[in-house]
Amino acid sequence: MTAEITTEKARIGAPSIAGFTEEGEGLVAAKVDHTHNHGVTVMSSRAERLTSFNVADFPLPTGREEEWRFSPVRGLANLLSDTATDLDPVPAAGYTVEAPEGYVRAPLAPGAAPRGTALVPADRAAVVASANTDEALHVVIPAEAEPAEPLRILVHGAAAGHRSNAHFVLEAGANSRSVVILEHTGAADHNGNLEVIVGEGAKLTVISVQLWEDDAKHLAQHDAQVGKDAVYKHIAVSLGGSIVRLNSNVRFSGEGAEAELLGLYFADAGQHLEHRSFVDHNMANCKSNVLYKGALQGKDAHTVWVGDVLIQKQALGTDSYEKNQNLVLTDGCRADSVPNLEIETGLIEGAGHASSTGRFDDEHLFYLMARGIPEDVARRLVVRGFLNEIIQKIKVPALEERLTDAVERELAASEN
Amino acid sequence: MSTLEIKDLHVSIETEQGTKEILKGVSLTIRTGETHAIMGPNGSGKSTLASTIAGHPRYNVTSGTITLDGEDVLAMSVDERARAGLFLAMQYPVEVPGVSMTNFLRTAKTAIDGEAPKLRTWTKDVKAAMEKLRIDADFTQRNVNEGFSGGEKKRVEILQLELFKPKFAVLDETDSGLDVDALKVVSEGVNRAHAEGNMGTLLITHYTRILRYIKPEFVHVFVDGQVVEEGGPELADRLEEEGYDRYAKGAGAATIAAADAAVQG
Repeated sequence: MTAEITTEKARIGAPSIAGFTEEGEGLVAAKVDHTHNHGVTVMSSRAERLTSFNVADFPLPTGREEEWRFSPVRGLANLLSDTATDLDPVPAAGYTVEAPEGYVRAPLAPGAAPRGTALVPADRAAVVASANTDEALHVVIPAEAEPAEPLRILVHGAAAGHRSNAHFVLEAGANSRSVVILEHTGAADHNGNLEVIVGEGAKLTVISVQLWEDDAKHLAQHDAQVGKDAVYKHIAVSLGGSIVRLNSNVRFSGEGAEAELLGLYFADAGQHLEHRSFVDHNMANCKSNVLYKGALQGKDAHTVWVGDVLIQKQALGTDSYEKNQNLVLTDGCRADSVPNLEIETGLIEGAGHASSTGRFDDEHLFYLMARGIPEDVARRLVVRGFLNEIIQKIKVPALEERLTDAVERELAASEN
Repeated sequence: MSTLEIKDLHVSIETEQGTKEILKGVSLTIRTGETHAIMGPNGSGKSTLASTIAGHPRYNVTSGTITLDGEDVLAMSVDERARAGLFLAMQYPVEVPGVSMTNFLRTAKTAIDGEAPKLRTWTKDVKAAMEKLRIDADFTQRNVNEGFSGGEKKRVEILQLELFKPKFAVLDETDSGLDVDALKVVSEGVNRAHAEGNMGTLLITHYTRILRYIKPEFVHVFVDGQVVEEGGPELADRLEEEGYDRYAKGAGAATIAAADAAVQG
């Protein structure tokens, strides 16, 4: 089998070239006022996408819908059903929180503010997770707080194939500085929402780490509302699980804010790792940067990145860029990569996107080995170098080290 | 003093039309300090010889031997050959995604020497070698060959030759696609490596112009997978005058002569 590499561009006939092929464009203060994407079919605006708390508004997807067209929906029936967390024989998943005293508040019922401020479900998975979570974890980082250690929310799946729902609400108070690690291990059919409210001038980094066992499935909607002059960074790291689909979305509630959505994924044989990002430039003078990098190896390893950026009419002075890069290590993999950029005003600093998919093939290997580098070292060199750009942005040394090791293990697994 | 010995080498490749023999009994002996030029028309098997020495998996050795100081090179993997002291400056160096030049050079040097180079002297050596080859300092931060022009790729090949200090360097049409200035810079690099006295060079080329800058002691003319004539530098001079047409037979002669005329005209 050959590697199947698709981008919207590739689908309309551009050749794919060994090594890195980069396509992209920067539209700097361009006079454009139309939907900018490379799709063959013109999709409706991202702004028109339905959001609702009502389960009935989201029928079960068939796989033909725009937002589900890359996902293996048949394998997701349990996660998409409107069912409560499975408590028998044990709760399908549980979580523990490591945070300074007083940060964890009383849980939030549906409709209890601030729950629902930043996250309104945007698909079937998110709405059933929301509807089936009576008590949402509520963590508040007080204004001006700068906790010395990252906060941790550790989700552990205890029963593969059993349904788990979660909705977490995270508030970063004005001018606070903090890092929150949301870590997923074990196995379950986990449907998890994360709602993030970043206060004025706050700096918050959320790192969502998917180190699931092989039989875990995970759907997630992570929505952030970023306040005036605040800086929000979301890093999705997906290594484990059989199906992971994580949607990371940002909207602004004030001007001068910055959002950085980063991702790293490594798909093995049979694994489906999907990441979707959406930056809604609904305010003037905000900045966003999206970068997702992924490696693929083994038969039917499938990754998806869909990056939506919407620059609304009122979002003057917006500066935005998004990029996805994939590295295909073996035959039989498929990387889908779709950047969608909608620009409704020409009065912006910049808007650009790029998508590239490179193959690490026998010629690369020959070149490195012809310089004395053994095969296993050559592979590690390439993958480590490629993914390090994201890992080094985590800036939590212990976690960086763990993830580097996890990537090495993924590679070692392929050599056996 | 080392010896690279090629004896009665037969090499074939698999094509859609079946197995095709490219090298039909090549014998060649190169010793430290010597420079051998292999010259021949396109398709004569020159590059196949280079790739076979390096161990490219596309080429099957059906008979014959390659030894380095008596050691069986054909039994070695590609990386083992490089660590044994063989270096191939490639005709078309590939771009390697995700790996910076800095990281690549250090990793290769470590593999070849069996120990990591001392950081301070290594950085200095790399910088000095780059300056001599007129490679911009920012190349170290870029990925291996990524976005390099054809000339830049060739310079970077010679940079590696100078840094890795092989026993034998095989230069596979390193001169092709270079303008005169780049050709001089690259040739100076090869001559510097040669002047250190521990290297033998196998220079594979279609044209004679690189021989104005790199002086071979031995010239071998390659036609149809075999060495058809051998001699000293005077043979290269003769080729410059006459081209390859006197080696060609039958219908091929006109084509080769025409191609040569086009090139030299």
